[in-house]
Amino acid sequence: MTEYTTIIGLEVHVQLRTRTKLFCGCSTEFRPDAPNTQTCPVCLGLPGALPVMNRYAFDLALRTAVALNCDIAEFTKWDRKQYYYPDLPKAYQISQFDLPFSASGWLEIASDDDPNATRRIRITRAHLEEDAGKNLHDESGRGGDSRVDLNRTGTPLLEIVSEPDLRSASEARRYLEQMRTLLRFMGVSDCNMQEGSLRCDANVNLHVRTSDGETTATPIVELKNMNSFRNVELAIEYEAKRQRMLWEKTGQSIEDAPKSTRGWDADRGVTFAQREKEESSDYRYFPDPDLVPVVVSREEVEQVRRQLPERPDVRRRRYQEQLGLSAYDAEVIIDQGPEFAEWFDSVAAACGDGKTAANWATQDVLRDLNADGMSLSRFPITSQVMGHLLTWIVDGRLTTSAARDVYGVLKQRAADGQVLTTSLVDSLAAERETVRDTEALTAAVHAAIEALPKAAADVRSGKQAAVGPMIGMVMKQVSGADPKVVRSLLLEALQE
Amino acid sequence: MPVSSLPSRPVAELLTALSSGNLTSRQLVESCLEAISAQDDTIHAMVHVDAEGALKRADRIDERRRAGEPLGLLAGLPVAIKDNICCRHLPCTCGSRMLESFRPPYDAHVTEAIQAADGIIIGTTNMDEFAMGSSTETSAWGPTRHPDDPQRIPGGSSGGSAAAVSAGLVPLALGSDTGGSIRQPAAFCGCVGLKPTYGRVSRYGLVAFASSLDQIGPFARDAVGAALLLQAVAGHDVRDSTSVRHQVPDYRTELSRPLSDLRIGLIEDHFAEGLDEEMADAVRRTVHQLEERGASVRTVRLPHSKYCVATYYLVASSEASSNLARYDGIHYGRRADGCTDLMDVYCRSRGEGFGPEVKRRIMLGTYALSAGYYDAYYLTALKVRRRIREDFDAAFRNVDVLAGPVTPTPAFRIGEKTDDPLAMYLSDIYTISANLAGIPAISVPAGRSENGLPLAVQFQAPPFEESRLLRLADAVLS
Repeated sequence: MTEYTTIIGLEVHVQLRTRTKLFCGCSTEFRPDAPNTQTCPVCLGLPGALPVMNRYAFDLALRTAVALNCDIAEFTKWDRKQYYYPDLPKAYQISQFDLPFSASGWLEIASDDDPNATRRIRITRAHLEEDAGKNLHDESGRGGDSRVDLNRTGTPLLEIVSEPDLRSASEARRYLEQMRTLLRFMGVSDCNMQEGSLRCDANVNLHVRTSDGETTATPIVELKNMNSFRNVELAIEYEAKRQRMLWEKTGQSIEDAPKSTRGWDADRGVTFAQREKEESSDYRYFPDPDLVPVVVSREEVEQVRRQLPERPDVRRRRYQEQLGLSAYDAEVIIDQGPEFAEWFDSVAAACGDGKTAANWATQDVLRDLNADGMSLSRFPITSQVMGHLLTWIVDGRLTTSAARDVYGVLKQRAADGQVLTTSLVDSLAAERETVRDTEALTAAVHAAIEALPKAAADVRSGKQAAVGPMIGMVMKQVSGADPKVVRSLLLEALQE
Repeated sequence: MPVSSLPSRPVAELLTALSSGNLTSRQLVESCLEAISAQDDTIHAMVHVDAEGALKRADRIDERRRAGEPLGLLAGLPVAIKDNICCRHLPCTCGSRMLESFRPPYDAHVTEAIQAADGIIIGTTNMDEFAMGSSTETSAWGPTRHPDDPQRIPGGSSGGSAAAVSAGLVPLALGSDTGGSIRQPAAFCGCVGLKPTYGRVSRYGLVAFASSLDQIGPFARDAVGAALLLQAVAGHDVRDSTSVRHQVPDYRTELSRPLSDLRIGLIEDHFAEGLDEEMADAVRRTVHQLEERGASVRTVRLPHSKYCVATYYLVASSEASSNLARYDGIHYGRRADGCTDLMDVYCRSRGEGFGPEVKRRIMLGTYALSAGYYDAYYLTALKVRRRIREDFDAAFRNVDVLAGPVTPTPAFRIGEKTDDPLAMYLSDIYTISANLAGIPAISVPAGRSENGLPLAVQFQAPPFEESRLLRLADAVLS
């Protein structure tokens, strides 16, 4: 019996969330509609222009590497990676070659076999480099000129290279999801794949173990142009199958063929040959004489470690253990990213009850955000206002449905341009405040027991469901009563 | 004073005349323009002259002077800049067809500094293509000729700047020095040329040849002029990561400090085979004069200096091959016509745009950085470079300044060395090590040869001791 193991290593490129580029002061804003407007002599590579390192970009890279458990080099330098391409105006990319600022880290992901167990995927290295521009080709087939947009040129990119530790397409996807969540919570990148702020290449091959116990490896293929996590997964799945069929047909091993590059065609669902890679290409790396090395002290690394934002796995555990959230709710909130989680934390703190906050956050609020395709920053109800509303529920002064009513009114008022305040919440809530423990309520309870003796007898004999009609009767009598309170008052009275 | 000779007057005298109202900046600029039109057809020191712009700026400065406004350090003095320094209102061609049409959309740090000091940038000076050469003969716009002998070269690569100052076309000029490109032409033409400490003057806006060696510096007829122009352009600049935060002294005040107790080291290694006898005598004579004025002299060895040419041509060419890769015909500069594909654009644009010397160095550097050769060439060169630096460190533990020749011979004839690149490279043998070590060095005129050509002496000092070099120059010249 022949066994096939898929061996996957990922190279992730992450655009760091800086306001300005890595070596000049140009904006990093994503502006495909206004090409070549965010450029200067430095990122255009004009004669005489010189790069100056953006220290904030380096700090973000440092934070990321520390979060990925990497060793931080005390001395790191910049190298020129030299090749000609129209989107690379200096004909070299400033990158890091033999002395990257960080190496030897890991990222934990849930294992394929046991979702409660984790696997450590080793990180080979993470280094900082500048992004290239974008070549725009005439796709009409009429052979128009190609154009180059250099807005992106010089944007700080963190390249994170994993060891070939991943064993399935789904694991690769989970690694990416985990990576994205981590990077977003560390505040280092928005990881938007559509805008290219997170890109991924995959190195894939198979280890084939034949029945005679011998293991061979198929040639390594680098997969490119996968523009979503789903596509990464599909491309690796396809590629593993393709390599298996090719191996069965040709028996070609890693010794027989050099590493090659294949693109992913999402429409056809296949990978296709791009070029035989890179054995022949020589980037002639050498230290960039325009830049000075960066020295990072142990103290600085410790300071970065101390100031690291809360990690998503730690946060998830806190939600479950301290706020009593279900694993599912905790996951949903974390998955929304740091802004949402912050908002949730603030609501939970304001109302004093994590579960209530989680119910509202994951249901009503998330539904509204998703329905309107709205970002949290444009959501009109602040965490203070939301938390204040929820205190009414937590204190038992407002029913959930009455609170929904208030929530609806709040959204409407916001849409009308009104500023939402906690005192507005108070006045709207007071109108709907739950009636409890009043004389009217007690009288109505007793009246209902008298009016429905059959039901009362049924309840007394243990048929709890029979209390329903009596609840309905009391609710009709006393508007604003909390059905839960009514129910318990009825049961109490019936037990007397 | 006679207008025709104005640009050759000492800078101090010009400043006094300007501030006393005996001379206007317009008159000074006009006299430069007259000298250029009278002589530069022969000399060809200038590549581009911005007569109109310079006169306009002179008028503005004259107005401000008349209105009693305080003026900057250069107070309306005209300055020429080498054709590899960016200035918004001038072309910047680097002596190359590649950049024939290039007009920089930004100012170099030194350009801004000159303008901030109320200097008037009058035009650009001829140079070897991308500063690669020692004679200005590799300029795509033809060679500059020696002001004293049109059959000879003025040196290079900043030959235009040296010739312009020596011929009295301008009182001051900037050059750049990667392996001697300021000092060698200054020596050949008989003016003062100073290469500052690496990092003393910002390279922002200097078109790079070899980034770890390039440094901008002044040409002047005397030490005061060189001090003044260095004062205007030196200092830290955040746009150049290799620019150094080190306080800039007042060089002109420093000039008046006495030279007593100076310990001079005569570089023994530079008096070996290949040094012209007249040149050697000029150096010894100058050093002897200084000795008579209280300096002590001893001989000093720089044991690794014999490797400096080899080291230099690996380091400089490697960096150049990378720095010049950007000239690919895509975004600016020359693009060949009628190309069929991308590779064709690259090959033909670069093939047409670059001259043979530039191509030679790009190939040399590309080879040295290639996989399999990097360790043997580039890395070894870096190690030797460190040794050369250590030689200087050791020498400066015992002496304050090193003295020796600038060049093996006086100015040579046009065409004399164009077919022999190695012979041309050897003309920088005494100047290269200051660049490799990053230390300041100055070329000071030291009389004339029997056939009337300028001779010169070189002084080298520890980092940031430019004022010591300027004081020496002043002592030698006065």
